[in-house]
Amino acid sequence: MSNENSKLKILTNGILAENPVLRLVLGTCPTLAVTTMASNGIGMGLAATFVLLCSNIVISALRKIIPDQVRIPAYISVIAGFVSVVQMLVKAFVPSLDASLGVYLPLIVVNCIILGRAEMFASKNNVLDSALDGIGMGIGFTITLTIMGSIREILGAGTWMAGLDGLLPFLPAGFKIQILPASIDPFSLMTSAPGGFFVFGILMAAAVYLTTPKAAKTAEGGEA
Amino acid sequence: MALKLASIFFTMILVDNYVLAKFLGICPFLGVSKKLDSAVGMSLAVTFVMVVATAATWPIQMFLLTPTDAAGNLKWDMGYLQTIVFILIIAILVQLLENVLKKYIPALYKSLGVYLPLITTNCTILGVTILNIDNGYNFIEAIVCAAGAGIGFLVAMVLFSGVRRRVEQAVTPKCFEGLPITLVAAAITSLSFMGFGGIVESIFGA
Repeated sequence: MSNENSKLKILTNGILAENPVLRLVLGTCPTLAVTTMASNGIGMGLAATFVLLCSNIVISALRKIIPDQVRIPAYISVIAGFVSVVQMLVKAFVPSLDASLGVYLPLIVVNCIILGRAEMFASKNNVLDSALDGIGMGIGFTITLTIMGSIREILGAGTWMAGLDGLLPFLPAGFKIQILPASIDPFSLMTSAPGGFFVFGILMAAAVYLTTPKAAKTAEGGEA
Repeated sequence: MALKLASIFFTMILVDNYVLAKFLGICPFLGVSKKLDSAVGMSLAVTFVMVVATAATWPIQMFLLTPTDAAGNLKWDMGYLQTIVFILIIAILVQLLENVLKKYIPALYKSLGVYLPLITTNCTILGVTILNIDNGYNFIEAIVCAAGAGIGFLVAMVLFSGVRRRVEQAVTPKCFEGLPITLVAAAITSLSFMGFGGIVESIFGA
């Protein structure tokens, strides 16, 4: 029973307690850059999850073969291989996502989440645990990107999930949900660079607030 | 020609600043900008690696991966290897830089410490090499663009390390302490850089 618990814990660790973006502060660049729209966040999250899962499995399987001195170049080669696979798949099947992610798609290679998990987790644990860790971290990353993309898109453009038809072909072309009425001028600063930093800062503060134990909060008085 | 190069250079520093406008290299931006001297050292190392990496990757892309004949037709297309090849070249260059610094400038090596190996995974380097190819720059333009991106990184780091010293003194709500308030400060710094939009075009008429 306790064994199953620990497996579940590895899986759920990445979602809040060790959320890669908000708690470990890894992979901040794609987080800020692609989250101008919620659908971009989902696409980026899924692409990174795929790479994270595959590279965690391969690196964990090879962990006894790769010599310690050259482990970083070896990890990077494995990751770069999977990123190239994702690049080709996205170009072939979701060209609209490829256009909106642009240079950030090949930059998954240098996303610190993936190399970080390879170094911190996959190189020390067995294949199954590493796969679970990859999925958990990937889900945490995807959820965070989606939340951030939603906030920025709703405030900055007034719509939600615009462009999702590229990801899910059964949706009608030009699919979007209008949240703010079109008569209200959208706060377009949110979709540009400063808005990204600002929303990220607020979300990180919220994650700190949510994970701080209740007792510590009341000790602070009403301040927190 | 000189006008175009100057325009590329200043656009990279002010308008398309990698850190504040394009969100590349945020990890070192948040990690190393606490102290002015390490911010300068890190940025100089990044600038150096950027220029050298561009000088190494541009010919490889043009002559090995996607070479063209005189008429501009592709001789063969191995562009799909770009990501793997570029990241390996950058990894080798960073290792080289580390060895050189260790031997000849040990003081700088000490102050950069753990961040030097992290330059490999600094997205600005891979980003600038790939963007140079995507933008169709020739060799000289690519080098100038890389240098501009590096100087832009330096400017952002130095300015922000000043901002950060003030922010750290400030009294903030408990949950905003540390990184969250730093990010909000970065938002305001980035806002100030938006003011440069259009300024380069109107000076150089490009």
